[in-house]
Amino acid sequence: MSRATRATPTPAPATPVPTAPAPGRSAPTAPAPSGIRFDGVTVSYGGNVVLDRLDLTVEPGEVMALLGPSGSGKTTALRAVAGFVRPASGRVFLGGRDVTALPPHRRGIGMVVQSYALFPHLKVKDNVAFGLKAHRTPKAEIPGRVAEALELVGMATYAERHPRELSGGQQQRVAIARALAIRPGVLLLDEPLSALDARLRSGMLAELARLHRELPDVSILYVTHDQVEALTLADRIAVMDRARLQDCGTPRELYRRPRTEFTASFVGNANLLPVTVTGDGSVGLGDRPLTVPTGTAAPGATATLCVRPHLVGLGAGPNALTGTVTEVQWRGSTHRLHADVDGHPVMADLRELREPPALGTPVTLHFAPEDAVLLPAGAAGTAGVGP
Amino acid sequence: MTATTGTARTGAAVTATAAAPARSRTVPAWVWALPPVAVLALAFLYPLTLVVQQSFTPDEGGLSLDPYAEVFASASFRDALTTTVWLALGSTAGCLVLGFVLALVIAFVPFPGGKAVARFVDVFLSFPSFLITLALLFIYGSVGMANGLWTGATGAADGPFHFLTTPWGVLLAEITYFTPFVMRPLLAAFSQLDTGQLEVASSLGAGPVRIIRRVILPEALPALAAGGSLVLVMCLNEFGIVLFTGAKGVTTLPMLVYSKAILESDYAAACVVAVVNIAISVGLYSLYRVVSRRAGA
Repeated sequence: MSRATRATPTPAPATPVPTAPAPGRSAPTAPAPSGIRFDGVTVSYGGNVVLDRLDLTVEPGEVMALLGPSGSGKTTALRAVAGFVRPASGRVFLGGRDVTALPPHRRGIGMVVQSYALFPHLKVKDNVAFGLKAHRTPKAEIPGRVAEALELVGMATYAERHPRELSGGQQQRVAIARALAIRPGVLLLDEPLSALDARLRSGMLAELARLHRELPDVSILYVTHDQVEALTLADRIAVMDRARLQDCGTPRELYRRPRTEFTASFVGNANLLPVTVTGDGSVGLGDRPLTVPTGTAAPGATATLCVRPHLVGLGAGPNALTGTVTEVQWRGSTHRLHADVDGHPVMADLRELREPPALGTPVTLHFAPEDAVLLPAGAAGTAGVGP
Repeated sequence: MTATTGTARTGAAVTATAAAPARSRTVPAWVWALPPVAVLALAFLYPLTLVVQQSFTPDEGGLSLDPYAEVFASASFRDALTTTVWLALGSTAGCLVLGFVLALVIAFVPFPGGKAVARFVDVFLSFPSFLITLALLFIYGSVGMANGLWTGATGAADGPFHFLTTPWGVLLAEITYFTPFVMRPLLAAFSQLDTGQLEVASSLGAGPVRIIRRVILPEALPALAAGGSLVLVMCLNEFGIVLFTGAKGVTTLPMLVYSKAILESDYAAACVVAVVNIAISVGLYSLYRVVSRRAGA
């Protein structure tokens, strides 16, 4: 499904409009209801709207990342699925079942939080068994299920330890095993890696990807502010900002064809240049004519041109931009060049240069027309004018 | 480094403080401890030794265990000991149950004014114990409000509430007064509890009762033990509450000390009872220290 879309080398077709909820599905055949649907979910605290009419569907077996800065409403959305916040309006469906009025302990979801929140007085195996006991799993079945869950995260040899005897990464694995032991159809991950250091984080990312391959029926809602985590792990990313869903699509779609300035700058780096549409396929950056796909944008309209820094080349070429070098950063395998082009900052990520240009010297940059995307000017949150 | 060489040079006089800071170059650290120790010894330890010494000195003079034998053999002492212990245990149990429930509500059930209530608990700790008893007297005493309402309404000569002068009255007063002493450490422990644990527990299918029993209670045990042993010690030594309820039949060890010393002028016996009381308190206090250290308090 979306995973296949991601593997396709060509740009994916235009994203479906994020505000279009999928039609209601019948309960899947999986043991636990899988799939999540937000239907116009609004949450407010004391008149302050923290989640504004969210419509979003997570398919059974899909990994959906909720990506956004803090205060964007992404965690609130997750908490609405878990049942810790009651929506002011709208419905939440799990596996096609309306769970809006159900208390958290009746929803049968797995949840992993940033702090892991292992029960400190219980051994690893008892932490994992907690949910099974709460679900009144037959006693004889529990040891097997606990071993199975710990095996899944590679923590089988730590069953007799207490949480305080484990490292952060190990605690996090136990937290995942505890959530998976009840065989939930939906797994909620709330910033699960942000308490880990960078190296552990990339290891855990691979681990989570493997887990998902082993549990293909589980829908995962993954809340993060880290675009790398979202790009790496998610089948689709829902970009949130200021309590609203801004954009939703596969990582490739969002990265290559962002529909808003916010998405462009939040998912990967972006050069955003204010331009005016001058004709079909041509825009002007000030007086500088540029050739880019203009799609349906009418001549005379103002728009924002988005070009990824790594798609900007050094030297003359199509869409040449001349300016002066303002900063050069060496990043090992690349150089990041900051230039000033007619008063607009432009970044270029270039393969390591033997002789990087000196500060203040003139420089010419260029980009291919097909690498540029025209966005509606400064209109985060409204529909895009993608090609 | 410099401190070590410095003390080494000043010689053997400071061997006991070899690791002390540079100040010890001129004055050994133990000298600074002398004034407070002297004051403590004079004002506190000396009278205490007198009490212990008196407890071994019968009226006839000399030094013997007779006062102990006499007191231990007396029914009034054994009654007082039993009363003291069961009242203390009962009050402690009551405080633990009530304190746990109240602290749970204050910590986990958001209600307007919750913070103010938590702060009031702190203020409550500073109240004198007899104040509570006095307040209860106003309500349940023989001429208190409750009985007044009853006699006013029925025309009876006497109200139905007489429990205040019974051990139950003492129990009620002690539970009322000491419950905040249990709540204080509990509220501190609850504020340390990661709410993520409660949320994960409920996502795993645990209802409120299971969460309280399996997550909150186990993690609050050290705080409960610390608060409980503190209250137990304080109940054993409580004098004001027992005196103010005016419960004639309720004689605790501190009351017995009072009546032996002040009313009967039997100082030897009073001191014996006092020593027993001190021994129980110190024993329990040691237990409290051990428990609270394990709780990290």
